[in-house]
Amino acid sequence: MRLVRLWPENSHFDFMRFRRFSFPLSALISVATAIVLMTVGLNFGIDFKGGTLMEIQARSGQANVAQIRQTAEGFGFGDVEVQEFGTAGEVSLRFPIQPGGEAAQTAVVQKARDTFSNEYDFRRVETVGPRVSGELVQSGTIGVVLSVLAVLFYLWFRFERELAVASIIGTLHDIVLTIGFFVITRHEFNMTSIAAILTIVGYSLNETVVVFDRTRELMRRYKAMPAEELLNLSINHTMSRTIMTAATTALSLLALVLFGGQAIQGFAQVMLYGVVICTYSAICISSPMLIYIGLRGSEAVKVPEGKAAAAE
Amino acid sequence: MLRFSKSKIFATLAIIIIGLLLAVPSMMSPEQRKAYLSAVPSWVPSWLVPSRAIVLGLDLQGGSHVLLQVDEGDLMRTQINLLRDDVRRILRDTRVVSQNGIQTVPRGVQIRVPNPADRERLMPRLRELAQPVGNAMLGQSGNAAVAINDAPDGTIALTYTEAGINEKVRRAVDQSIEVVRRRVDFGGTTEPSIQRQGADRVLVQVPGLQDPQKLKELLGETGNLEFRLLAQAGATDVDMLPMRDAGGQRVPVERRVIAEGGDLTDAQAAFDPQTNQPIVNFRFNIRGAQRFGQATTENLGRQLAIVLDNEVVSAPTIQSPITGGSGQISGSFTIEQVNNLAIMLRSGALPAKLTIVEERTVGPGLGRDSIEAGKLATYVAGIFVIMFMFATYGIFGLIANIALLVHVGLIFGLMSVLEATLTLPGIAGIVLTIGTAVDSNVLIYERIREEVHAGRSIVSGIQAGFDRAFATIVDSNSTMAIAAVILFFLGSGPVRGFAVVFILGILTTVITAVTLTRMMIALWYQWMRPKVLPF
Repeated sequence: MRLVRLWPENSHFDFMRFRRFSFPLSALISVATAIVLMTVGLNFGIDFKGGTLMEIQARSGQANVAQIRQTAEGFGFGDVEVQEFGTAGEVSLRFPIQPGGEAAQTAVVQKARDTFSNEYDFRRVETVGPRVSGELVQSGTIGVVLSVLAVLFYLWFRFERELAVASIIGTLHDIVLTIGFFVITRHEFNMTSIAAILTIVGYSLNETVVVFDRTRELMRRYKAMPAEELLNLSINHTMSRTIMTAATTALSLLALVLFGGQAIQGFAQVMLYGVVICTYSAICISSPMLIYIGLRGSEAVKVPEGKAAAAE
Repeated sequence: MLRFSKSKIFATLAIIIIGLLLAVPSMMSPEQRKAYLSAVPSWVPSWLVPSRAIVLGLDLQGGSHVLLQVDEGDLMRTQINLLRDDVRRILRDTRVVSQNGIQTVPRGVQIRVPNPADRERLMPRLRELAQPVGNAMLGQSGNAAVAINDAPDGTIALTYTEAGINEKVRRAVDQSIEVVRRRVDFGGTTEPSIQRQGADRVLVQVPGLQDPQKLKELLGETGNLEFRLLAQAGATDVDMLPMRDAGGQRVPVERRVIAEGGDLTDAQAAFDPQTNQPIVNFRFNIRGAQRFGQATTENLGRQLAIVLDNEVVSAPTIQSPITGGSGQISGSFTIEQVNNLAIMLRSGALPAKLTIVEERTVGPGLGRDSIEAGKLATYVAGIFVIMFMFATYGIFGLIANIALLVHVGLIFGLMSVLEATLTLPGIAGIVLTIGTAVDSNVLIYERIREEVHAGRSIVSGIQAGFDRAFATIVDSNSTMAIAAVILFFLGSGPVRGFAVVFILGILTTVITAVTLTRMMIALWYQWMRPKVLPF
């Protein structure tokens, strides 16, 4: 049986060359993301913005979106977003947070139930008051910052300082580009998105760590090899693994995008994008970054064996 | 070496089989589970029978999640009133007169007693109010619940301290949980979960509940009932309270409370036989019956004020002394309102108003669809990855695929033992780990290939592949685990379900990809004795 081979053996591809394109490109995209983030902003879901989300489904036939929109706007609860999704006459309604504190939010749900429950099933109703949404913003931000710091410490403990710094730069790059994805696609940004970002943080480091593990090993073996060559060799050695893992993860996520249902689709799409970005950044950002940070600038050159023993 | 001792093989298999068996109850419907548990012979000790199962999150089984917060402002108003009553009593006992009565200030009350002799008598009694916070049994924290500020101009302020307020809020949450549980139970909902969340919140989760409106109505009122008298002209100690069905008109009501909700032993919704109006019939306990009987005897012809949550719901004229210990509350209620009122009176009053700060309801249809979609995605992802692994690594791919199946089974087994909650993001986590679990195998296999191509024999190549890839596997899984653990502590509900799956997945992948795969490859090698690597 002939087995599939996605990457040739004993490759000597010059990955480091890519940095002439990838650095300016990523810098440009990061700056652009920062600009759109500040001007356009994220499409915050009710977890972070507060408000009421409802998903209703027509009992029979198609939903009359125009009529729902007209009726809902007539409630006087501010700008309501009405959207059709799925195939079976499902409509989502999003009401902004109501002035008047926590108690005022309940009125929205009651009014909508009274109006639509004859013709539509209420499949999902979520109301988040101003206090809880504020706390969720806080804990989401803390989570992302904390995870980056925690991983930084882990890497510092396990690897040389230069490698840790380069991985973190790659990870921050991936976070920025993921946020850019949310801004551009107008994907709703909610608590599940934070989960997606944290998973991408994990995956991003996973990718970088596998390459850097090899870099560290090769550093000990070829003490005189220049950084550029060493990094190229590390990536070439790990490339078939990188492609395999990216492929199996992407295939799983593809299954989730195609069949996982509407509620999980957004998460899967972001993750699928994240796998691509993480693979790119491990090869084209974190690794070449080491050429500039200085792979052998530290004590790694002087006492490689001792350092290695301490790290094991 | 590639040699596995018999006992090691046995131990590995035993762990895996036990792990997989633990998942069995989760694969059954509740009815099947009951039948299976009753089919087990009674001589088998119960700890030997896997009985725990995964709990489905509300987003998968449908139901309501309502997060309530104790209204601190409302609680403090009640507490300040209590403090004012205490101060009034002490002033009366010590025969001291405050110059401008008892004034309410933020967090407390204030009086003005310029005469030093009066203050001398008053202060020791007031200090009794400044009791330390905390339970005497558990040791007292030493911080007073009430601070007394004695200014030289004769102004004495009594205010609740930060510690005092926190303590009141904590107790209010404890009491609220009890009252909420009784109300939800009386309301006829099944298997609600009611728990404290954070410092000042109560989380109510009711599986299967489609419209939490009734629940919200039951929990939205304090349910504080008082029997008082409408004040006569010229009375001084009165509250102006709104009258129900009178267009916001306020009536003077005596401050003195004859009897209250706590004096009731029973309350039932009923219809008035004469007017056919929905009413609530109630019975007093002995103390309540005595006081009510005495008050109605002394105040014949006057109007009673039945006050519910600071609103006069009705003010019937006392026609004759009511000494039988029972009575009724009417007040143009709907049937639903009297049902709720009866439940509230039976369950007792809440210490303060509860505000709904978050509500999430998923209908049963959406939950079912999510489970179906999640299953389909899991199968498809599994088939994709299995085919891909087999196409790339042949027999080694097959071995990785067996390890993958065991890995998914073990996640379910561990979740069952922990009685963890499976949520929709949790399903996404399972699908995602199907993709990432094979990473460890890929790392090992690629390393084996390298080692063999570098000139090692198959045995030593396999050996070196496992050994060298292990450090990388630990590093790459640790970074994933750090992110997942942070997500677990920070997320709530569905997102936490994702973190649980991910953490367990990282644990099991190390077991299956490293130990199980290694064992299978060793057995395969002993059996086949291949001369070249099959991939």
